[in-house]
Amino acid sequence: MIKFSIWRWWAIVTKEFIQMRRDRMSFAMMVGVPLMQLVLFGFAINSDPKRLPTIVLAADPSVFSRTLIQALTNSGYFQIVKVVHHETEIEHWLALGQAQFALTIPIDFSRQLVRGERPALLLEADATDPAATSNALGTLNVLIPTVFDRDLVGPLQHLRSKPAAVELRVHRRYNPDGISQYNIVPGLMGVVLTMTMVMITALAITRERERGTMENLLATPARPLEVMIGKIMPYILIGYVQVTLILIVAHFFFKVPMLGSLGLLYGIALIFIAANLAIGITFSTIAKNQLQAMQMAFFFFLPSILLSGFMFPFRGMPAWAQQIGEVLPLTHFSRLVRGILLKGNGWEESLPELWPIVIFMVIVIILGMLRYRETLD
Amino acid sequence: MSNLVISVHGLSKFFGKRCVVNQFALQVERGQIYGFLGPNGSGKTTTIRMLCGLLTPDAGEGQCLGYNILTQSEEIKRQVGYMTQKFTLYEDLTIRENLDFVARIYGMSKRRQRVTDSLQQLGLMERAHQLAGALSGGWKQRLALAACLLHEPQLLLLDEPTAGVDPKARRDFWGQIHQLSVQGITTLVSTHYMDEAERCHRLAYIAYGNLLVDGTVSEVINHSNLIVWSVKGDKLWQLQQQLTPLPGIEQVVPFGNVLHINGHQAELLQHSLAPWQADNRYEWQRSQPTLEDVFISLMQQSQDNSI
Ligand SMILES: Nc1ncnc2c1ncn2[C@@H]1O[C@H](COP(=O)(O)OP(=O)(O)OP(=O)(O)O)[C@@H](O)[C@H]1O
Ligand SMILES: [Mg+2]
Repeated sequence: MIKFSIWRWWAIVTKEFIQMRRDRMSFAMMVGVPLMQLVLFGFAINSDPKRLPTIVLAADPSVFSRTLIQALTNSGYFQIVKVVHHETEIEHWLALGQAQFALTIPIDFSRQLVRGERPALLLEADATDPAATSNALGTLNVLIPTVFDRDLVGPLQHLRSKPAAVELRVHRRYNPDGISQYNIVPGLMGVVLTMTMVMITALAITRERERGTMENLLATPARPLEVMIGKIMPYILIGYVQVTLILIVAHFFFKVPMLGSLGLLYGIALIFIAANLAIGITFSTIAKNQLQAMQMAFFFFLPSILLSGFMFPFRGMPAWAQQIGEVLPLTHFSRLVRGILLKGNGWEESLPELWPIVIFMVIVIILGMLRYRETLD
Repeated sequence: MSNLVISVHGLSKFFGKRCVVNQFALQVERGQIYGFLGPNGSGKTTTIRMLCGLLTPDAGEGQCLGYNILTQSEEIKRQVGYMTQKFTLYEDLTIRENLDFVARIYGMSKRRQRVTDSLQQLGLMERAHQLAGALSGGWKQRLALAACLLHEPQLLLLDEPTAGVDPKARRDFWGQIHQLSVQGITTLVSTHYMDEAERCHRLAYIAYGNLLVDGTVSEVINHSNLIVWSVKGDKLWQLQQQLTPLPGIEQVVPFGNVLHINGHQAELLQHSLAPWQADNRYEWQRSQPTLEDVFISLMQQSQDNSI
C-alpha cells in the first residue's frame, strides 16, 4: 500500500524550488553546461579528419585508374590501404570499419571513358560517423570532373568538356543523411540531460543527510515517494529549459532540420528527464556523502556517453558494449530525438525506443524507494 | 486510553557491538514535564530518537501516545513535536519559509495565519525574511522550538532545547512548557542545566546507557543518601587541595566563598573531616545536597564506557 499526500508532496516541491533559486552557482551551471558542451562538441570536436583508410577494387587496371588513385592520395583525404579484387572483400572491410571508403573502378572503365560514354565510378562510404566522411566526399566532387584532364589530350581533348567525363556515384552506407551536426546536436541533448540531471539529484538527498536536515524531515510524516517525487519536480523544469536551449541553438546555429513534432519531443523528453532524475535520487539514497554521490553520477555518465552511440558509432561497437548500450536510456533517447528531428518520426515509430526507457525508470524508482531509509539507522 | 503517554521497557540500542542504551524503561503521564538528564554520550539523543521512530530499537517495546513504537511510527510522527539537538531546519530557507514548510508537511489548515502567529509569538516578525542560517545560535534554537510546536503536537520530545539560549528566553520557554502542560501536552526534555531540571515534574537520569534514577526532584535528592558539608573561611583553595585526596570524600566543590564537601560513607567522611572541623579558622555546616551534587556523584559512580 502506498500512501501519498498531495499537500506534503507540494511542501517538498516548493521548498526545493526555493533552495534551487538560492543556489545561484548550481543554477548557472545548469544553463552553462549545455552551452559549453554545444560549443565543444558542435564546433571544436567536429574536426576535419584526413588520410581515411580507403580500399580500391580496380577491375580495369589502366592509366586512368592510376591517375585516379594518385589524385585521391594527393587530396590528403584518402589513404589507399589495400587493393582488393572482389566485391565481397569490400563488404567485409566496410562492415568491420577497417575502411572508411571503397572505390570501385568497373571493368570497361577506360574503354567507355575513351568512347565518351561517361562511365560510373562507385564510391561506398561508411557514413555512420558523417563527420569523418563529409569533407572527403566534398573534395571528391570537385576533384572528379577535372582529374583526367592531363590524360585527355590530343584526340581525346574534347572529353574534357562538361559534363564531366566520368560519373561519380556515392553510396553513403549505414547513414544516408550524412550530416554530422544533424547527428551530434540531437545526441547532445541526451548527453547534457544525463549529465546535469543525474548529478544534481544525486546530491539532493545526500545533502540533506550531510547537513542533518534529514533528521528533521524523517521526524515528519513525509513519505519516501513524496520526498523523492517532490525533489524531482523542480529539476524537470530545469531539464525543459535545457532542452529548449539546445533546440534553439540547434535550429539557429546548426540549422538542424526539425521535421517531426516538437510536442512529441517534449513529451518524450519528460520521460527521459524523469528517468535520469530517478537514477540520481536513487544514487543519493545509496551514497554516504556528497562526494560518493558525485562519483556514482560519473560512474553512470561515462558508459552512457561512451556506449550510447554518441561517441562511437553504435554499430561499430562490439556486441557486449552494444548490449550494455541498449540498457542505457541515453541510447534510446538519442535515437528518438534523431528520429523525430531528422526523419520526422511520429508516435508509432518512437514507441519501440520509448518503452526501454520507461522500464529502466520504473526499476530505478523501485530500487530507490527500497533504499530510502525511513530511519537514521 | 490509559493516562500514560510514553510507556516503554527493555529498550536497547547497539551501535556495532557497543550498547548505547541498555534496557531502558520509562513511563510518562499525560501533561507531565519529564526531565532527561545524563552526561555527554550517555544515550539521551539515542533514546529520544527511538521514541519517535527515527531509530529502530534492537530490543524492547512500548507505546507512545497509544501507538506501538515499533510498528506505528507514522502515527506517532504526526502527533509528536521533535526538536533535534543540532539545528536541522533549512539554513538556506528564510525563517518564514521554514515554518511554512513545516506547516505544509503537516497539512495544516489556515497555514499563513498560524505561521504569522508563530512568528509574532517568537518576536521574529520583522526578520521573517532573513535566512535561517544567518540567525545567532540562540535564535536558531528558538526558531526550531517554534517549528516543532507549530502543528500542535500532543507530545514534545525536546533534545537540549535551551542550549545557548539566554536566561530571559529560557524562562519564557519554561513558562510556555508549563502552560502547555496545563493543557495536557506532555514534554520529555533533555538538558544539562540543573535549574531546568528543578522545573520538571519528574526526572530520569541516564548514564552510559543505564537508567540510574527516576523520580521527582525531592525523591532524587532524598534517595541519594549523600552527606554534604559546607565550610566557610579563608584560603579555601588550600583546604580544597588538602581535603580532596582524603578517604570518604567524594567531591570538594567551591561555590563562591563556600566549599561543598560530600560523600556517601558517613563514618569515613566524619573521620576525614574531624581535624579540620576542630580548626576554628573554618565555619562548618551540614547542608542539603543539590541536584548537581547528586548527579555528579552518580556520574562518578557509573562506569564510563562511552569512549
Ligand atoms: N550513528 C551513530 N553511530 C555510532 N555511534 C553513535 C551514533 N549515534 C550515537 N552514537 C554513540 O552513542 C552514544 C550515545 O549518544 P547520544 O547522542 O545518544 O548521547 P547524548 O546523551 O545525547 O549525549 P549529549 O549530551 O552529548 O547530547 C555516544 O557514545 C555516541 O558516540
Ligand atoms: Mg544528545
